Amino acid sequence: MSTRLATGGRLLNRDRATNFTFNGKQMRGFEGDTLASALLASDQMLMGRSFKYHRPRGVVASGAEEPNGLVNLGKGGGFEPNARVTTTELFDGLSAESQNHWPSLDFDVGVVNNLAARFMPAGFYYKTFIQPRAAWKHVFEPFIRKAAGLGKAPKDRDADTYEHFYSFADVLVIGGGIAGLQAAKAAGEAGAKVLLVEQTATLGGRAPVDGAEIEGQPADIWIAETTLALEKMENVTLRTRMMGAGVYDHGYALCYERLTDHAPLAEGPRHRLWRVRAKQIITATGAIERPLSFAGNDIPGVMLASAVRDYVVNYAVSPGDRTVIVTNNDDAYRTAIVLKEAGLDVPVIVDARPDGGGELAARAAALGIRIEKGKGIAKVKGGKRVEGVALCAQAGEGAVLEEIACDAVAMSGGWSPVVHLWSHCGGKLIWDETQSHFRPDAEKAPTGHDGQPFVSVVGIANGSMETGACLENADATGKSVAKLVGGKAKRTAAPKASDVDEAPMLAVWKMPQGAGEKLRAKMWLDFQNDVKVSDVMLAAQEGFESVEHTKRYTTLGMATDQGKLSNINGLAILADSLNEHIPQVGTTTFRPPYQPISMGAIAGETRGEIFQPIDKTPIHEWHEANGAFFEPVGHWRRPYCFQMSGETVEDAVAREVKATRDSLGLLDASTLGKLIVKGPDAGKFLDMLYTNMMSTLKVGKCRYGLMCTENGFLTDDGVVARLDEDTWLCHTTTGGADRIHAHMEEWLQTEWWDWKVYVANVTQQFAQIGVVGPNARKVLEKLGGMDVSKEGLGFMEWADGKIGEFDARVFRISFSGELSYEIAVLASQGLAFWNALLEAGEEFGVTPYGTEALHIMRAEKGFIMIGDETDGTVIPQDLGLGWAISKKKEDYLGKRAQQRSHMTDPMRWKLVGLETVDGSVLPDGAYAVGDGKNENGQRNMIGRVTSTYHSPTLNRGIAMGLIELGPDRMGEVLTFPKTDGTEVKAKIVSPIFYDPEGEKQNV
Amino acid sequence: MSNAVSALQGKAYDGLVRVEEAGLRGMITVRGNLSNTKLKSAATSLSAVDFPSTGECNCVEESGLAWMSPDELLLMTPYDKAPAAAQRMSKALEKQHHLVAEVSDARAVFFIRGPQAREVMSKLVPVDLSPGRFQPGQFRRTRMAQVPVAFWMRDETTFELICFRSVAGYVFDLLCNAAKPGSEVGVF
Repeated sequence: MSTRLATGGRLLNRDRATNFTFNGKQMRGFEGDTLASALLASDQMLMGRSFKYHRPRGVVASGAEEPNGLVNLGKGGGFEPNARVTTTELFDGLSAESQNHWPSLDFDVGVVNNLAARFMPAGFYYKTFIQPRAAWKHVFEPFIRKAAGLGKAPKDRDADTYEHFYSFADVLVIGGGIAGLQAAKAAGEAGAKVLLVEQTATLGGRAPVDGAEIEGQPADIWIAETTLALEKMENVTLRTRMMGAGVYDHGYALCYERLTDHAPLAEGPRHRLWRVRAKQIITATGAIERPLSFAGNDIPGVMLASAVRDYVVNYAVSPGDRTVIVTNNDDAYRTAIVLKEAGLDVPVIVDARPDGGGELAARAAALGIRIEKGKGIAKVKGGKRVEGVALCAQAGEGAVLEEIACDAVAMSGGWSPVVHLWSHCGGKLIWDETQSHFRPDAEKAPTGHDGQPFVSVVGIANGSMETGACLENADATGKSVAKLVGGKAKRTAAPKASDVDEAPMLAVWKMPQGAGEKLRAKMWLDFQNDVKVSDVMLAAQEGFESVEHTKRYTTLGMATDQGKLSNINGLAILADSLNEHIPQVGTTTFRPPYQPISMGAIAGETRGEIFQPIDKTPIHEWHEANGAFFEPVGHWRRPYCFQMSGETVEDAVAREVKATRDSLGLLDASTLGKLIVKGPDAGKFLDMLYTNMMSTLKVGKCRYGLMCTENGFLTDDGVVARLDEDTWLCHTTTGGADRIHAHMEEWLQTEWWDWKVYVANVTQQFAQIGVVGPNARKVLEKLGGMDVSKEGLGFMEWADGKIGEFDARVFRISFSGELSYEIAVLASQGLAFWNALLEAGEEFGVTPYGTEALHIMRAEKGFIMIGDETDGTVIPQDLGLGWAISKKKEDYLGKRAQQRSHMTDPMRWKLVGLETVDGSVLPDGAYAVGDGKNENGQRNMIGRVTSTYHSPTLNRGIAMGLIELGPDRMGEVLTFPKTDGTEVKAKIVSPIFYDPEGEKQNV
Repeated sequence: MSNAVSALQGKAYDGLVRVEEAGLRGMITVRGNLSNTKLKSAATSLSAVDFPSTGECNCVEESGLAWMSPDELLLMTPYDKAPAAAQRMSKALEKQHHLVAEVSDARAVFFIRGPQAREVMSKLVPVDLSPGRFQPGQFRRTRMAQVPVAFWMRDETTFELICFRSVAGYVFDLLCNAAKPGSEVGVF
């Protein structure tokens, strides 16, 4: 069994016991434990079930690379699936549940898959669930969904908060092991502004566990001194619990800081995503030990040798009384020595190398440990827990020489540098034959805007396997990188470290070398996704030669650990099967993030009330307080209508229309875009932008104008007023203000850069209120001030003056067909003016109305609406707006496009009014059908509805639509099928349903 | 002018920093040739500050000048002085191509005050605000989360920020959220 040792544990605080639960069972650990070490200390080796076969799984690693130890963490709003036990710091009250089993971790029905495993080889899903087609949706997919999947999806809203932080550094050092510390120190001493990030809670990395000595002292002492020195430097920032997640173009990097995962009761954000701009990046990301592929290497109790060492030294956890070591290199001997020194038994070190190891091997032998050279493990015995190993000759086929009882197996297949961050932005790798690993190719670093490298790599991440070399390389790189960013490196020597002589490692991709099919089918490569040596070999046999294809076919490396343990082993097997060299096969692509980061951190502050900016007019608060039913228009929220108590939306809209037509309505039109266009060439400019002539507009007058894209399609409309000789005020649609401003600037800056025109967006300078209805003039006259009489301010005129005590610009324009004024006052006085109108209008039954009443009234008048009658494919000529297209002008944007044959085709659908025969309301977007069917067997369509409403004024359904040859077919009745299978008939009529002569607006 | 109210009417919040809406401010957009002496002298006499260099802002109390772009200047005055200032500016530039527009009511102004102001701002704007990199006198147009803003520093611990009036509530909420106690970053 695994248990806590009586003494030791360099990261533990034994004075602080910590209580937690696993699958509801109370357990205890210490402050400083990870969830993994605390579970092991409580003899909980079994932590989960694998993805495909539901095999029992125990922890195999001690850090970010862990594939097996994944749990559901927390409850309710703090729930998180797939939390990695090795990177979860223990805290009081932690509650974890294992994943992917039913009904329980110990007894999983799904494990029956085990027997069927040979029927579930690589590509199983693709091969099995193809036929019959219909079965996928109803039989196969629901079954697979139930069997697959690791953690549960959270059900509650996340109770935590998250944020971003923009940070800038000369040098970003990713990784706080000894190499990262030394690089940061060297760069910092040279004057560079340094940010060093370390993903764990502790600086120093694994040097202390590995027994490194620096400057003649244990590594711990050097780390403490160096940390202190760095903390004292003003230009250096150290952050722990912060992972370098991704490296992107131009020195951009994302770092993921976990602030309260280890202390969930603390206030403040849970995670913070740092958006870093660094001139130079140094990756000091260390290396990950590779598993060895032998039969049964996935049985709980088989662990990486380095992990076993970590658990003993850092957490005083014994993985078992008897641990067999199996290795192809010298490093694993350190584990044997550590175990022995902790008083535990190492029955044998199985060294695949015929000649065995170097100095460390001699030390192990001196401690009395039995060493078997040239041997391998034929298989591991046990089910939910290791019970023993069977030894064989590594060179053979797996004939068992001897069985040895044990509780744990510590394996080491060599070390792979963590090259992810180097590779994210294009850094290339080279294959190191002596170490059998890929390491960064310094000649092919990621390059920045100037073509120069902006990422360097130090330490074991660079393939330096010795402490001394790591420190030397880190020191030199820190200095040279600092120089690149303008620093001045001091002439100091790198710290010295003593290293032991190590014998060369031996590449071992299968154990034993000649293992047959039966053994290969039990050699796990990817523990989480259940990919075995046999699967990769099958894929190669079936023609998957590309490593990227093999990955997707077998799912190797596609689990939440992204193949940190399986990658190199898998592609080595693939290369072997293809009879190629490993570098020819290459690696799969390394993509950010290095480890999964929370969705909350990505969203940052973007949630709840500040999920999205909402534009509010100066009168918005009044709307909120007076029953406004809002609709989004651009980023604005505009009242759709104002509901009185007990009123439905439809009732409210009908009331607003009637009140406006009968007496007096008020509209908050502040959202309309207002662009000032000024300069000697402004008239010429507007003539190009609008289809009609704006240069001839007289000062004091208004004109309705249309704007098209260069492809001729209608893009915006609005009323233009000429303010003075060289100044125009262009109104745009609500959603068009910023877009049309940008459109104008683009033409002025890129095409007509020599025209003397300035544009200013003054949309928000004014609150604009529509005063509409037969009593509009009366209410303005009651407030007093400027002349708003028929003679004093004619239709389509504007004037500056006073309304009551308010400075106002009054436009006499109408979008409703009624007598109407649009009045602009300063935004800061908008609400006061609105209130003044409400007060003065009381005797006329003044009624604020919303956008739906506005839409109905304009539809009753046959006025088009951008976005209803237009959809990016409609030209003004389609809408009967030929009158607004100047024939005199030589050119305007869209003119040439509108002369293309398709644009002048008489069969284009054109705007008409539609009146249902039964008075009902046509469904929005409904199509009119003609005779016959098209080549797809669908009924031929001859038009569609663009706007449709119930008109309270006419008490019947009215609509507008684009119909083939529409204006020539007045009086014809068309058929509109509905989605419920029935049809509705409508007659083609003029789009102007109300006051066709325009008498009401012109009084 | 008694009816004039700013977007948030002086709303304030105290957290890691004090966030406060500054009330109405006179603002005038001036577009023209910024090297023109008439423009320069009118601008400096109306604001009583030096003409700003590229990327700078000079502002004393409520009067100031900010460099907005190679052909745009922002003239700030007390709110009720803006109409007269705009007229004088127009008058000074009448012989040359220019545009003068009052935008006082289109904007909201905020102060972010306190020793942690740089840090709170750094959660929201993609700008290097570390001491020595961003100093009083510098002016920056950028985005704050999802909306455009412009800001400068009054002194070592005070930012002044301009945004559109319609999003004053959003900007205030953003700043308060970033200034919540317990969210200290501790880097500046």
